[in-house]
Order: sequence, then structure tokens, then C-alpha cells
Amino acid sequence: MKGVFTKEQWFGNVRGDVLAGIVVALALIPEAIAFSIIAGVDPMVGLYASFCIAVVISFVGGRPGMISAATGAMALLMVTLVADHGLQYLFAATILTGILQILAGVFKLAKYMKFIPRSVMIGFVNALAILIFTSQLQHFVGETWIMYVLVAATLAIIYLLPLVTKVVPSTLVAIVAITAVAIFMNIDVRTVGDMGALTQTLPMFLIPDIPLNFETLQIIFPYAIALTVVGLLESLLTASIVDDATDTESDKNMESRGQGIANITAGFFGGMAGCAMIGQSVINVKSGGRGRLSTLVAGVFLMVLIVLLGNVVVQIPMAALAGVMIMVSISTFDWSSIKTMHIVPKTDVAVMVATVSVVVYTHDLSKGVLAGVVLSALFFAAKISKVKVMSLLVNSGDKRIYYIRGQIFFASITDFLAEFDFQENIDEVELDFTAAHLWDDSAAGAIDKIEMKFEQNGTKVIVKGLNIESTKLMNKIGGISKSSGH
Amino acid sequence: MKKIMVASDGSDHSTRALKKAIQIGSSQESVTIDLVYVVDGDTSKADVLHYGDSDTASFKRQKMMEQQAEIAREAGLQTDIKILHGSASETLIDYANNGSYDLVLVGSRGRNKLQTMLLGSVSHKLIKHIDAPVMVVK
Repeated sequence: MKGVFTKEQWFGNVRGDVLAGIVVALALIPEAIAFSIIAGVDPMVGLYASFCIAVVISFVGGRPGMISAATGAMALLMVTLVADHGLQYLFAATILTGILQILAGVFKLAKYMKFIPRSVMIGFVNALAILIFTSQLQHFVGETWIMYVLVAATLAIIYLLPLVTKVVPSTLVAIVAITAVAIFMNIDVRTVGDMGALTQTLPMFLIPDIPLNFETLQIIFPYAIALTVVGLLESLLTASIVDDATDTESDKNMESRGQGIANITAGFFGGMAGCAMIGQSVINVKSGGRGRLSTLVAGVFLMVLIVLLGNVVVQIPMAALAGVMIMVSISTFDWSSIKTMHIVPKTDVAVMVATVSVVVYTHDLSKGVLAGVVLSALFFAAKISKVKVMSLLVNSGDKRIYYIRGQIFFASITDFLAEFDFQENIDEVELDFTAAHLWDDSAAGAIDKIEMKFEQNGTKVIVKGLNIESTKLMNKIGGISKSSGH
Repeated sequence: MKKIMVASDGSDHSTRALKKAIQIGSSQESVTIDLVYVVDGDTSKADVLHYGDSDTASFKRQKMMEQQAEIAREAGLQTDIKILHGSASETLIDYANNGSYDLVLVGSRGRNKLQTMLLGSVSHKLIKHIDAPVMVVK
């Protein structure tokens, strides 16, 4: 755990960290409440989660200056668990998620992130943005025009205020203004208070009230796996973004363990699973946050505000919250992926769109990632399985040399075999593999088949130019012993 | 005139600014050009998503700026690259004012009237806060 308590990481940037932490805390409150509502739990569950995760990760995380809390990506995965089994199972799943994430950190799984193609990650982010947006549509059902006006006003303040001043976060001003308008003009709209209870108390230690048996594990394990994967994906992606924005490095395995410890804590203190947040981390860095102190201040200040101002928070109209969430979805979406759509390879676009489609259909980011990875693998196999065969007739028509270029493996052998003319009336053929590589027993089998077919026609086969690995493969499988010319 | 700073992001607008700097620099003795690129939070998000990790993103940026610098070096001007991290306008202003430049050039993004009215312009901010003369190249 080197470096956790270094002075530089904690007190290298006190003023910037405290100010940025306060800005982030103000932006976290509406998000934590909105994500709780998405998951179908009381606002306190998201707020406690955000408090616990931010505070714990500031000590045990591997990426100083990154903000972790309750997130939309995780909330979306919990919906059916909460609906079918209730809150206690969510706490248990959160704790199990933490344990799995610690294991991922201990076994250094962070490096396998590179097996997830970039187009899948872009699809992940875009799908998340779309789901956050569509999750807000339910708040418009059965509402009057007043709802639309308030949402529009919220968005107008959020986007236009920064042109005048950037001293106060515009989302905060929007929420305060819309709440004030709703209270003083006595507008009858749904508020946060209508969505669930908000208590002005600190989180307490609890043990999830569930039977400790195999059946419980069967219920929570699939959710915990999905939460673990999505949580680590978003956290490690965010860590890379913060690395890049601050031009510093981070310990990805330490961050995986830290996310686990933070989630276990959240689960035992009545919170839902969370992870790092791209948007909030960018806000933190933009506001001058660099060190661990910024994350700690964000978590502590959030809790202080809830304890002091909880009775005001319940009066925030859902319209203001929906406006903020629409802004969050717009800033989460990777717009550059639309702009560059016509120049990136078509297969990459297909993978991105497939990832998004699967997520939007299943509401499960982990399924989208899986679909994207599988599709990328198929495209890769298709691309690499193009084998080029050229041939040349020599010795005044008695001998034909085939020059083979490419990767010979299970996916390429069908096309590869179609390139040979087995019926040609010649004495011998030479297969030149100098520019080719054999990868598996399908490849070895294909060469056996070629030899067999030529020899059936009375044509002698010479195999040449196999590289060392390919020769080893042929020897192991035993095909090469038949070939002549050695 | 000795030190010229060009704010660059590799775009056509900033390439035009660089070409103007070369034009000005070539007519005088011993001019050096500093090409300055600022990576902000949103750039980091987009670049890490598209290049996979921070190291690759940094490498791509370095390569992009090298291509720009090459334009000036071919014209016989000594050119350095500086890649900074932070919010675009503030970082450029700080760097320009600490570097005692004789001239700072920036490309105009070519927004329409409505966009300029709503979003303001980075170049206007730079003109206001940079001590050295600032030239906005259209």
C-alpha cells in the first residue's frame, strides 16, 4: 500500500482540492438521488453509497483525484434485483461485488482490460448515456406542460449560466432556482420527497437481513458478477482519463482493490454498489482537484449538506432532477464517435452500434460488453482469415509452385483449400509457406488434405518454407512425416 | 522579434496560424517558434476512449505535433513542442505570460455569429489576458 499516505497525494494541493471537492459534492447530490430512483430504492441508499464510497476510496484508491460514488451504470444493473427481491439483497450483492473486485485486484486482472476493444468501450459509454436519458422519460408520464417548462428552464440555466459566470456550478444554480420557483409559486409537481424517504442521519453499520444460504448466493451472484465487471470497467477507464488529464500515473490493481473495499463498506452501511464516475472526475480535475483530499472533501461535504439541508432537498422538483440527468447523459455520450463515424473502419462502427443496441435492449451494460467483444473477435477472425494464394507453372508445365501468404487456422482453411486445382495434370506441386503461418490442428489437417488430394491424382507434393513454429505444429500432429522432399 | 508562440491543436485553423508564424518568422533573424497544445478534461475523455490508454493518446498527440513542427522546421525555423494539461484558455494564458513571448498566434475556430454570441470565443479571452501582442488568424 505504498504511497497512500504520502504528503504529496494528500496535501500537495490543499486549496484546489477543497474547492473542487465542494463543487463535486454539490454536483453529486442530484445524481446520487436520481440514480437511487433509477435503481428503485430510497434516495438515502444512493446518498449513503456516495458518501461511503468517496470517503473510503480517497484512502484506499489507486488514482488520486478520481471521484467514485453511486453511478448510473451500476444502478441500471440493480433494477430487477431490487424489484424481485428487495433492498436487503441489494446490500448483500453490493458486499459480494466488493469481494469480487478485491479478488480482481489481488489477481491483477486490470491488465486484461486491453482485451476489450476500443469500439466496445465507446459503445459502453454511449449506451450508458442513452440509458440515463431514457430512464428520465418515466418522469414525464402523466405530467402537465409545467413539467416540460421546468425541465427546459433547468437545462437553459445549466447551459447558459456558464457564459455569464463560472464561479458557482450551473447545475446547483438550476436546482436552487427551480426548487425556489416551485415552492414560492406553489406549483404542484412531483418532488424528490414523493420518490422515497430521505432521513437526515448518518449511515449506520448493518448486516443485510438475508438468509445465509446457497439460494441467496444463487440470487445475488449473477448480479454481483455484472456489477463487478461494469464497476471495474468504468473505474479503470475513468482512471486512464484522469491519468491523461493530469499527466500522472495510477496503480490500476490498487484501484480495483480499493473499489472493492469501498463497495463492501457501502453494503454494510446501507448503500448501493458504485464505481468511478467519468463526468464527476472530469469536473473535479477541471475545478482544480488533483489529490486524495478532493475525493474525501466531496464525500464528507455531501453528507454534511444532507444532514443540514435534507428537508430542503426533499422539495426539489423531479423536473429539476430530470433536467440535470439529461445534461449528464449529453455530457456522457461520446459525440466524437458520431463525428468520426464515416472515417473509422465499418467493422468498428458495427461493434459500437451492436454494443449500444444490446445494452439498450437488455438494460445490462455487461451483456453489451460481452456481445461487443464476441463480435469484435468474429470480425478479427474474418479479417485475418483472408489467405492469399498465388501460383506459378515451372519446368515447362510439369510443376506448379503455390505461394501462400496469410494466417492458416480453423477460420481460414475453407477459403484456403478452394484455391487449389487438384485435378490439374502435372507431375508435382510445391507449397511455399514462407509468408504463411500455421496456427492450429485445423491448419495441419488442411495440409494433410491437400497432400492427400494431390497424391490421389498422382501428383507429388513438396512442402517448403514452413517457419519453426509451424514446423513444430506439423511434427506434433504428425502430418509432415507423409510429405516428401525431406 | 525573437520568440513566437503558436497555440495549436493540429486542426486546419491552427495550421493556418502556424503558417502565418512561419511567414513572419522567415523575414527576420534568429526566430524560434514554440508550438503549444493544451489537453483539457474533455480532450482526455475523447482521446482515452479512442486510443485505449493515456500512453497511446500522448504518443498520438506528440506525433501530431511533430508533423506540425516539421512544417516550420522545413522552413528553417527552430521549433519546439510543448504539450500542457489543463483548461485550454487559462493554461495558454499562463504559459504565454511566463514565457515572455514577442508574439502569440492563435487560429480562429471560424464559428458563426450565433455560436460566438452564445459561447464567446477563446481567442477573445486570449487577446484580453495575454501580455504579448496576440494575432488571431482566420
